[in-house]
Amino acid sequence: MNLLLKNIIRFGMFILFQVYILNKIPHLHQLITPYIYYLFLLWLPFSIPRIGLLFMGLVTGLTLDFFTMTPGLHAAACILMAYLRPFVINILTPKDPSEFNYREPSPRAMGWTPYLVYVLVLTLFHHGYLTFLEWLSFGTFLQFLFKVLATTGISMLLIITTELLFPRRMKFRTNTA
Amino acid sequence: MRNIFLFIRRFFIFFVFLLLQAVALWFLFTYNRFHRAQGLGIASEATGWFNSRYNTVEDFFRMKEENRRLLRMNDSLINLLPSNFIKNDTAVEYVKDSVPYDTLGHYRHYAWRVAQVMYSTVNSQKNFVQLNRGSNHGIKDNMGVFSSDGGLVGQVVNVSPNFSQVMSLLHVQNRVNVQVKRFKNSGTLSWDGKDPRFLTLSSIPKSDSLIIGDTIVTGNYSISFPPGHLVGTVAEIIPDPSTNFYVLRIKTTANFQDLQQVMIVENIQYIDQEELMEETKKKIEDPKKNRL
Repeated sequence: MNLLLKNIIRFGMFILFQVYILNKIPHLHQLITPYIYYLFLLWLPFSIPRIGLLFMGLVTGLTLDFFTMTPGLHAAACILMAYLRPFVINILTPKDPSEFNYREPSPRAMGWTPYLVYVLVLTLFHHGYLTFLEWLSFGTFLQFLFKVLATTGISMLLIITTELLFPRRMKFRTNTA
Repeated sequence: MRNIFLFIRRFFIFFVFLLLQAVALWFLFTYNRFHRAQGLGIASEATGWFNSRYNTVEDFFRMKEENRRLLRMNDSLINLLPSNFIKNDTAVEYVKDSVPYDTLGHYRHYAWRVAQVMYSTVNSQKNFVQLNRGSNHGIKDNMGVFSSDGGLVGQVVNVSPNFSQVMSLLHVQNRVNVQVKRFKNSGTLSWDGKDPRFLTLSSIPKSDSLIIGDTIVTGNYSISFPPGHLVGTVAEIIPDPSTNFYVLRIKTTANFQDLQQVMIVENIQYIDQEELMEETKKKIEDPKKNRL
């Protein structure tokens, strides 16, 4: 399938899943908000230009924000994540991004351990910044710390489940393609 | 000069990042101050479309419980009908309808409209409810919203032509004036962001001998809500030894996890009251101009 079309469908699915399922499920605990929508940004191809990545972050965050009535909150966190993504990929993989055999970050392309570290680091940044912005107007420091950890935990669980349930079939990239 | 351009080119991505962060934070902080957001009116038309599609599916699962609530509400209203009472004096016919005032001099102060909930959450610390009525249907900011079983839900904070956004009681910045029904002492209702079933009520004096189960109703001093409507019941009394006031945990009457049909109440004299308050403020703050 066309890469652009695939990512547009993915974007819609992630946003709708986040808005109508994860945000609507019965309250688990005051510190736990399950998040998965930003996996869309983590799954974008390696080859996407960094500027494009930043704007994708803005669009993804703002779309969710307009559903949850918190304009700018998720957008700020997504932009930070989009900015940091290339650095984390560079640290975790010794290769130049253009030499990757696969198009997108996935357990198969990077190996399970580097992939999970990549997800964990960016998740921590996303939730840390998001909770920090919320905490500015409300809450205690201990609450802030626990909320980051609990939310990161449940997000990691959701992402690992997603990876196991939907292994992405990706073509091996050759020089001719 | 060349070095400056080289510098900008070298850190171009970083500058774009800073710019986008600034835009996002500007959205966030201007919103918090005025409860309004840039472009939110247009955006809520779009989110409203998705939410109404979702709602048609959701209704299918929730209508049964909703019917039960409506029936309960109807039951309490039907008992108030004049036909239930025998009049000893047949010379006078009491008629009360929706004209501004009747022949006995009752002015209509509040008008009620029904609306349907399109989207609501309880998981966040800032929860909102979206309704399928907007400025086309006469909805304005600061109108009160009650659930179908009569419990207070919140206050309209933003309207688009066809949809409106309600700040629910489950919002950490929410402050509502309420009173204890038995003692008429008023206090401030807020939410601590923890459990969506319980709210916090403060500044009720300890001289009131409260018991668990006491009714909390809307206060007399709000210009958005009519007084004396249900808000909740006392679930836990926490004596605060350092002050002369109770801290109360209130169980809400409205079930925020299962909101479907709601009623929007309009204060018809809202603009009058608002203008009077503004003018009084101006007069007091700037006495030189108004000195007689």
